[in-house]
Amino acid sequence: MAQSLNYLKESASQTAGPYVHIGCTPNFAGITGVYEDDLGSGPMATEKTRGERITIRGFVYDGTGTALKDAVIEIWQADADGLYNSPSETRGAADPNFFGWARCPGDMATGEFVFETIKPGRVPFRDGRPMAPHVSFWIVARGINIGLNTRMYFSDEDAANAEDPILSRIEHRMRVPTLIGKREGDTVRFDIHLQGENETVFFDV
Amino acid sequence: MRNTPPETTPFFARDRAWHPPALTPGYKTSILRSPQRALISLEGTRSEITGPVFGHNILGEFDNDLIVNYAKPGEMAIGERILVHGRVLDERGRGVAGALVEFWQANAGGRYRHKKESYLAALDPNFGGFGRTITDEEGNYVFRTIRPGAYPWPNGVNDWRPAHIHFSVFGHGFAQRLITQMYFEGDPMIWICPIVKTIPDEDAVKGLIAALDMNNNIPHDMRAYKFDIVLRGRRSTLFENRKEGN
Repeated sequence: MAQSLNYLKESASQTAGPYVHIGCTPNFAGITGVYEDDLGSGPMATEKTRGERITIRGFVYDGTGTALKDAVIEIWQADADGLYNSPSETRGAADPNFFGWARCPGDMATGEFVFETIKPGRVPFRDGRPMAPHVSFWIVARGINIGLNTRMYFSDEDAANAEDPILSRIEHRMRVPTLIGKREGDTVRFDIHLQGENETVFFDV
Repeated sequence: MRNTPPETTPFFARDRAWHPPALTPGYKTSILRSPQRALISLEGTRSEITGPVFGHNILGEFDNDLIVNYAKPGEMAIGERILVHGRVLDERGRGVAGALVEFWQANAGGRYRHKKESYLAALDPNFGGFGRTITDEEGNYVFRTIRPGAYPWPNGVNDWRPAHIHFSVFGHGFAQRLITQMYFEGDPMIWICPIVKTIPDEDAVKGLIAALDMNNNIPHDMRAYKFDIVLRGRRSTLFENRKEGN
């Protein structure tokens, strides 16, 4: 016998269900008058935010290629200098005009999600090598038992992507493009495929 | 805030055998929405260790009182009045301070206030069905609501959800992000629910069942249920696996 470690177990995940909007985006669901705004809605950048303005757009597709119309997507990203607006950020103060987190429900008619943000700077990997610019995604919906984590990298960052420690560990190279948002002017298109030939790479973070 | 050092260490690995797997055919919607390939392991970088932290300025006065936060002035939601309280802890047993907790639920008749909801039970004009709060320095939270009803849902022809409250919880790192559901002690519906049954471990289910907490009842007013939520813990020490001398 040995001493007990006395660790607790994480609460088990359960699906967000079809009515996740009631709790997370009530105004979007038409329930007004309780919260002034839905948390994490609206543009992430103000006039004072540093960095290049981009709009991320995409859909979440199921195994038949049908876009989910009841998903909620959250993103978390660094500021233009690669600093996170978090108490755990020890390298310096992030842009005070950039929170770095947002939440968007897929459109009820089309399923499309949209984030108006800035392009993040590079963040160091644990050994100090720079990771390529990326945005962390978390996807929940009816039928998803535990939130799915992925990242969006940028198609206009070939050199940085080539040396990214996470992208370079993906054995099946044909899957890497599932993590690359396609830059078209100020828009970055990032579609997420839950299943199928183009199944997005999801991470155990 | 407390005068504590910043939380800069990675999280304990998630026990994927404790959580529901992605594919659970008894819950039909999971079949086409479950990734089929292995997750790629991504040990915590700064992108996962950090996360948004919310201030009390986002909260309205009645955000944690579902009995009145949607009700007309002077009116209240209909149903069994309950108080739900507990702590947000990490796997090391420490309270998580400043954690945003969001919750939503059906009304006393089992009806959600949502455009896509078609159950014939009546809406309660004084019940919106959602709220939020932020934990105190010890990780405590509390809200007031009515006990939700059970309801049928389109999965099997006779599947019913047990009474439950949905919870969305933010810790201090994006990798702690969690959505789960709280069930009520003594409800026989829990163990026959296809969504509960996505969880493979019986102890993991028990961890989602709130206990009736008679000590914290408000006499002549409402009963209390206690529901603790555990988020991932962080490693206690930071030794990076970089080469010596680097």
